This record gives sequence, C-alpha cells and structure tokens, in this order.
Amino acid sequence: MDLYKKMYLIREAEAEIRREYNNDEMKTPMHMSLGSEAIVVGVCHALPESNHVYGTYRSHALYLALTGETDKFFAEMYGKATGCAKGKAGSMHLSSPEHGLMATSAVVATTIPWALGDAFQAVYSNINRITAVFFGDGATDEGVFWETLNAACLMKLPILFVCEDNGLAIHTSTEQRRGYDSLTDIVKKFRCNVLEGTGNDVVEVYAMANKTINYIITDKKPSFLCLKYYRYLEHVGVNEDFNAGYRSREELLKWLEKDPLYIHRLKLTDLGYTDEVEEIEKQIREQVLASRIKAQEAPFPDKDELMKGVFYGE
Amino acid sequence: MENKRIISYCKAINEALYQEMERDERIFVYGLDVADHKRTFGSGEGLLERFGPKRYFSTPLSEDAMMGLGGGGAVAGLRPINVHIRVDFLLLSMNQLANMIAPIRYGSDGKLSVPLVIRAIIGRGWGQGFQHSKTLQSVFAHIPGLKVVMPTTPYDAKGLLISAIRDNNPVLILEHRLLYWQKGRVPEEPFTVPLGQANVLRPGTDITIAATSWMNVEAYTAARIMEKRSVDVEIIDIRSIAPLDDKLVTESAIKTGHLIVADYDWINCGLSAEITARVYEKCMHQLKSPITRIGFAPTPCPTTRPLENLFYPGAETLVRVIEQKLGLERADLSEEEFFSYENKFRGPF
Repeated sequence: MDLYKKMYLIREAEAEIRREYNNDEMKTPMHMSLGSEAIVVGVCHALPESNHVYGTYRSHALYLALTGETDKFFAEMYGKATGCAKGKAGSMHLSSPEHGLMATSAVVATTIPWALGDAFQAVYSNINRITAVFFGDGATDEGVFWETLNAACLMKLPILFVCEDNGLAIHTSTEQRRGYDSLTDIVKKFRCNVLEGTGNDVVEVYAMANKTINYIITDKKPSFLCLKYYRYLEHVGVNEDFNAGYRSREELLKWLEKDPLYIHRLKLTDLGYTDEVEEIEKQIREQVLASRIKAQEAPFPDKDELMKGVFYGE
Repeated sequence: MENKRIISYCKAINEALYQEMERDERIFVYGLDVADHKRTFGSGEGLLERFGPKRYFSTPLSEDAMMGLGGGGAVAGLRPINVHIRVDFLLLSMNQLANMIAPIRYGSDGKLSVPLVIRAIIGRGWGQGFQHSKTLQSVFAHIPGLKVVMPTTPYDAKGLLISAIRDNNPVLILEHRLLYWQKGRVPEEPFTVPLGQANVLRPGTDITIAATSWMNVEAYTAARIMEKRSVDVEIIDIRSIAPLDDKLVTESAIKTGHLIVADYDWINCGLSAEITARVYEKCMHQLKSPITRIGFAPTPCPTTRPLENLFYPGAETLVRVIEQKLGLERADLSEEEFFSYENKFRGPF
C-alpha cells in the first residue's frame, strides 16, 4: 500500500502539472516522470534510511518518492519563495538533502561522479550508507559514466547505479546511438553486480533493488541495475508527441496495459483493498490540489535573493 | 617575532598540505599520478608516507569523474584537494566545474556547500608547447561560484593554500612551475592569507605594474632596471583573480598616474581587460597616460625557443613600455641580466 501511495502521489502531482502547465505560470522546463514511477518508488523503498540519492533533470518522481511532500515541490515549480530552493532550482534541479536527495542535474550524467564522491566519503568516514544514482540510458553514452563505473569498481564503493532505460536519449533511440548490442553485457565485464529487468511492476522492482543492495553490502562492490520502461510523454513538456514520427502510439498502448499504477492498483483491489486505495487516492488528490493552490498564492522571492547564496557565508 | 626562515615556493605548498592534513583528517589529496615517485614536482613529498594511500592517492586518467568525486565527496562532508599537473588537463573537468561545482550551492539554496580545492600547475619553457602552457585564469574566474587565486611568493603559496583549504567554497589555485624554485620568508607555523586581496609587492611612486603570477618576477626585474634610472616602480600582485580586489590597484594607479597591467595570460577577453575596465570606471580622469596591457601573443604557444621567447612578454617588454609611458629615452639593455630558465633547469619536465 505504501508503494502505491508513493506512486500515486507522483502520478497525481504530474497530472496536476499537466492540467495547469498551459497557463504558463510554471515557467520551468518539465521533464516528466510519467511511466517510471515503479522504478523510482521500488528502488527508493529498498534503500536503507541513511541513503544518499542523486538524480537527473527528470526527477519529479525521485523528489516526491523521497520527500512525500508537495508544498515545496509545487512552490518550486511556480518559482516561489516557499519552494525547496526558493525558485532558484525549478523542475530540473530539485534537491532535498535532509531527505537524502542530494542533487539532480540538467546536464546528462553529471551527477554520476558525485555518487562516486559521496560513496567515497561513506567509506572514508566509516559510515554505513548506500549511494544510489539514477540516470537514463542516454547517460551511458557519456564518457563520465564509464569513468565513474571504472573508478567505482576499482575503489569498491557502495554505489547503486540505476539505469532508467526508456530506449531514448531525447529523441534518438539506443539503436541509433550504440556501437554495441548490450549495455549490461559490457557492464558485466567490470567488477560489479549487474541485474536487469523491466521496471513496470513496483513489487518486482523492489525485490530486485533489495537483492542488488544486498550484493553491495555482502560483496563490497557496486551494483548496476538496468530497468526498462516507457516514457509516456515528450522529452520535455507535458504532452504526447507521437505525431513527431520517431515512435508510434501503438508502443505506448502496449506499455499502458502494464502501467505501473494500473497493475499495482489491480493487485490491491483484487486483495480486497478497494476502499483503502480510494481513500488514499482521495487524500493525495486533496494534498496535491492544496499544494498547487498554496504555491500559486505564495510570494515570489525578494529582490535581494538574487545575490544570496553564491558563496558560503552569504 | 620576526620570521627569518627561507624556504622555496614548492616547500611552502608542501608544508601547507602537511600541516592542514595533520589538522583535519577530512582532507585528502588526489589526482593523476600524485603518488608517483615525482610527487607533483616535489610538492607532495612525504604526504603518502605520513597519511597513507587513503588520503593521498593517484587516480585513473578520468579528470571529469575525478572532479565529480571531489564535488560529491565535498557535499557529503570531506575536504578534497584535486591536483592537476597541468591546467590544460583541468579543461577535461570543465563540465563538472562550470555545471555542477560552481553553481550547486546557489541552486540548492545554500543547502549544499563544496569545500573543494583544485590545484593546477601552469607551465612555461623547455618546449612545453600549446597543450602544457596555458593559464586560463579568466576562463575560470568568469564563472560565479568559483574562487581563483595565483600565488607568486612562497609566503602566499602557503597562506593562500591554507585559506583555500579552510574555505567552504570551491577554490582553484594556479601555481606557476617556474615559481616552484622561488625562495622567500615563510613562517613555519600555519597561517592564512585572506582570499580576495591584492598585495603591494614593491612600493613605488612613479608608475604601477599590476601583475599576476610569473609576471611579478618580470616586473621586479624591470623595477630593478628602472631604479637605476630613478624611476620608482610600484608592483601590485593581483593574487586573487576571483574575487578580484580592484581597490588596491585603483589607489595605486591614482597615486602614480600610470598603470601597466601585466597579466600572465592572453589579452583578449582576459583579466587585463577586466582590471583595466574597473580602474577606468573609477579614475579615468586621474590617470596621466592610457592603461597599457601586456600579455601573451595571441597565438597558441609555440614549442621552439626563439618563437617561445616572442610569445612571452618579459622584463624587457615592461622596460620598453615604461620608457614609452614616461617619455624616456630608449636605454641600452644589453648589459642587463634577464631570466632564463636554463640557469635552473635543463629538462625534461
């Protein structure tokens, strides 16, 4: 039920963004998580309390799964003083270190080596912690991904690499980008544990994440988890883009049959939890609506906020 | 207590690292080949032996990921010192520097700080050529969120490095290879030189040279030559490129009425333009001559010595500019002694 609650929070918060985005009050480029909820929720649920997590510009799901809150989230989307970074971050740079979400970034693969440093700190300071880093399959085209994978395996650091594989980097498919056949076949050659699967069933993802985290702890080496999913919407923006011609709506329909929320909800209602599910959905809808309205009504940051915070001590 | 101890710039760096690592066990030093037998031109001597491979280690040739390691390690609580034996190699980390390390504090509304020190060595001479000889301070100083310093004296090499290590922001230190041999008075106990302050290296009354890094040495030679002709040169060591202290150089320019900006870098869009603009904004009508800028030739650095000599301006260039600005006769400099790295060094680096 907890897993469903987190997934529904993500789905509903993004649904609210989709309903409101065209009013042009949220002036920040939206990279929607729609379709990847099970990966994020399943993995985060398996992480120990003390985890540190790094993400990408497509991190609405990560932020919501880790914080469970929507007030600061929506305020950040609206660029308001009450946002998680007073509007300086927007949709692409969400963070909440107090919840373990250290940093997210809009330059592909740039947080991957931060996970390396973060895990290095844990070992250096004798702290039991897993550092998880989420990235798309596009990030594996970047040199720094391979540099980091190499260093992490060399240094035997407690990192969970999570590749959210939607088969697309912006609008270019893996086939058009790779001079090799299988990413996981190559990663397996490194001294790390590799697991792969499909990321639509949150219970399965949770089980895989648990397994792979246990590997990190027992084998004292990094793990690489590659999970396929389907990006329902355009690369950036809140709409579908099947008219663009690079993929077909039939693909989406196939994936919708095993939509993470749909299949998990079905499981819960089959088990007789219909009332509880509906109650949770109602609560979350109310939470999201209230947060969105609060964010719209909140003030923008003061003018002097512009110069604050570049350096420590300011 | 008056300090009489004389050590080299290289030893001053080494001592700062050693003392700070003793003080704070969160500090570690890492980079390409730092733990090899040469220990970054000797600046890392003894650190591996004292602090072990956990706190002093060579890395894979992965500058981008290793800079990210510094960022992630710093936000998680460590105080990394990332060493680049050539600033040219630091460019491979530019993505991390400009996109992550510099802006993350601002973008997290101050929740994340990056107490990271980056040491990069700038080189010259003995055929270093166009990929081992850049300086690029303006490129780095252009980015809000990064501090950039260029120590010239052994005293500053130690004091600025200790300040950089204790600062909670990312600080880049550009160390000139030829300055490693410079000797000067340096207290043995740890001390700091504040980041963001220029320094009067030589007081004077007739003309001001604002210089960076090695150009201070050339300015000193020029001042010595001009002294014989009763011209008293004031040398301002800019030291801190970001934040830039324009107050001291402006005051000096007003006092002498003449300013030469001798930057150890290319001129176009460089630090010399920034200093010149700032001084003009504050005191244009108080100057007796237009500000003159001196820097590298606008070419990649050539390898062969005769062309390299033309590429780098030196004391002789400065003397000629001073003569021109003050309306003096062109002196015969054939008896003067100018710096030649061969006196110290016969390669290879």
